Amino acid sequence: MGGPDRTGGIEIENLIEIKGVKHAYATASGPLPVLDGLDVAVPKGTFAAVVGPSGCGKSTLTRLVAGLMKPDEGQVYLHGELVKGPRKTVGMAFQNPVLLEWRTILENVILPLEIVATRMSRADRVARAMDLLDMVGLTGFENKRPSELSGGMRQRASLCRSLVHKPEVLIMDEPFGALDAFTREDLWQTMRDLRRAEPFTTVLITHDLRESVFLGDQVIVLSGRPARTQYVMPVDLPEDRTLDVLYTPKVADMLHILRDQIKIAQGRHEGAH
Amino acid sequence: MFNKVAVPVMSILVFLGLWELLVWANGWPNYKMASPSDLPPAFWQYRDLFLIMGWQTLWRTVVGLLLAVVFGTLLGMIIGFSRVARDALYPLLVGFNAVPKATLVPVIALLFIGQHDFNTVLMAFMISFFPIAVSVGIGLSTLEPEYRDILRALGASNFTIFRKIALPKTLPEFFGALKVAATLAFIGTNLVEIVSPHGRGLGALFKSGETNGNYPLMFAVLIALAVLGIVLYYAVVFLEKIFAGWAERAPG
Ligand SMILES: Nc1ncnc2c1ncn2[C@@H]1O[C@H](COP(=O)(O)OP(=O)(O)OP(=O)(O)O)[C@@H](O)[C@H]1O
Ligand SMILES: [Mg+2]
Repeated sequence: MGGPDRTGGIEIENLIEIKGVKHAYATASGPLPVLDGLDVAVPKGTFAAVVGPSGCGKSTLTRLVAGLMKPDEGQVYLHGELVKGPRKTVGMAFQNPVLLEWRTILENVILPLEIVATRMSRADRVARAMDLLDMVGLTGFENKRPSELSGGMRQRASLCRSLVHKPEVLIMDEPFGALDAFTREDLWQTMRDLRRAEPFTTVLITHDLRESVFLGDQVIVLSGRPARTQYVMPVDLPEDRTLDVLYTPKVADMLHILRDQIKIAQGRHEGAH
Repeated sequence: MFNKVAVPVMSILVFLGLWELLVWANGWPNYKMASPSDLPPAFWQYRDLFLIMGWQTLWRTVVGLLLAVVFGTLLGMIIGFSRVARDALYPLLVGFNAVPKATLVPVIALLFIGQHDFNTVLMAFMISFFPIAVSVGIGLSTLEPEYRDILRALGASNFTIFRKIALPKTLPEFFGALKVAATLAFIGTNLVEIVSPHGRGLGALFKSGETNGNYPLMFAVLIALAVLGIVLYYAVVFLEKIFAGWAERAPG
């Protein structure tokens, strides 16, 4: 199996490019180094799944890409441009769907348009939101309150909200982490279908290796804190994968390698098997 | 709907009945404790005064409360958004809140001599802004970062984030505090009305009843105060239903 085969020289095509990023948080007991030598390259239109030990700095990575904070050292580029702050072309989704309880599902999905597409007509906004809700199977629920929906449905609505303004980059931080296994697999398929329907480049943080392989075009393994890029696995599976692919020997091998890498990252690798 | 009106009405009737019974059973004369049956004549006799004084008490309470809402919300925003401001202002606020407001009556009476309306509104304001400031402050400072980030990642300004997310999200806490504040403002108004010489409002009417040994009048004033308090409280509940009704979980 090929290890990391990122030889550089394809910078122009990379929509997201993180180079030598280091970052430390200031805490009461001194600086806490969180990222140390992070390199990530995500070509346009592809899907990067990021896995790593708990607390290693994955959410910090998403905040850097979203322009919500700046690294102490190193650079983050979108489109070859240095990220200096938030941009309208980013969509975010979290483990907590953070829907606004005082808005209906439809109005929740429309929210980003109120910020970034101030001139878009109300009818266009509604049409766009309804299209997305239809794609994720929430037609008929648009006038419900978030509390009236199941966890999986809320996460679907949250996905619609992060995509409604047609972002170039979708950043997801363990979006399916709180869902049961069946609902999660449903959402993987929804995610795959959305990707087919709309062009966007994705960074997905996850704790689920099967999820990373099913959805990703590459799986990036981060080391324990302070995190650096430890391992990158290209996922050469067909574009239109079904859940069956997860039960093939090829994927079993990939999962095996990834699990070993995670053990190394956690610092408990007991030699080779 | 029947229960919402009938149950409270019944409980009030039971209360009045027990009160009447208590006075009757003990054979208390009027100068010891008035009974509910003494009250309607007292109300009728002083009906003009009750209207005028009741109005004075009401408008000064409401103005004080409105000031408290504006000031309390601004203060809450400051302590909610800025850690430094929170650390700096909390001790001051708590200390100020701990001072019994009765002790402030002579202070403001001396500061603003003869400004009875102003003094009363000021007291209603001072006694009631604290819970509003604290609840708005806590509501804002405990906003989960993800709520901020979904808009901040799109380049939304702090003001937009406040208007679209933080403000509506704190409305339930705000109205909870407003209910407490409304009652407090009412107490503040009455405090000044009772303590000030030549005061106005229901508090002054109470005092004149006291000076003249007119016990039915005093009790009638207490009842009128209770009624005004209830009206004010339910006005807040009404506003809460309109603006923060979403926070009420549907039953079942
Ligand atoms: N604002 C902050 N100030 C100080 N320390 C922080 C801050 N944010 C995160 N940390 C710390 O930095 C480390 C990395 O945080 P981060 O949230 O990026 O990790 P993570 O990989 O997303 O963790 P998890 O797997 O639990 O989601 C953690 O130890 C965390 O406690
Ligand atoms: Mg995290």
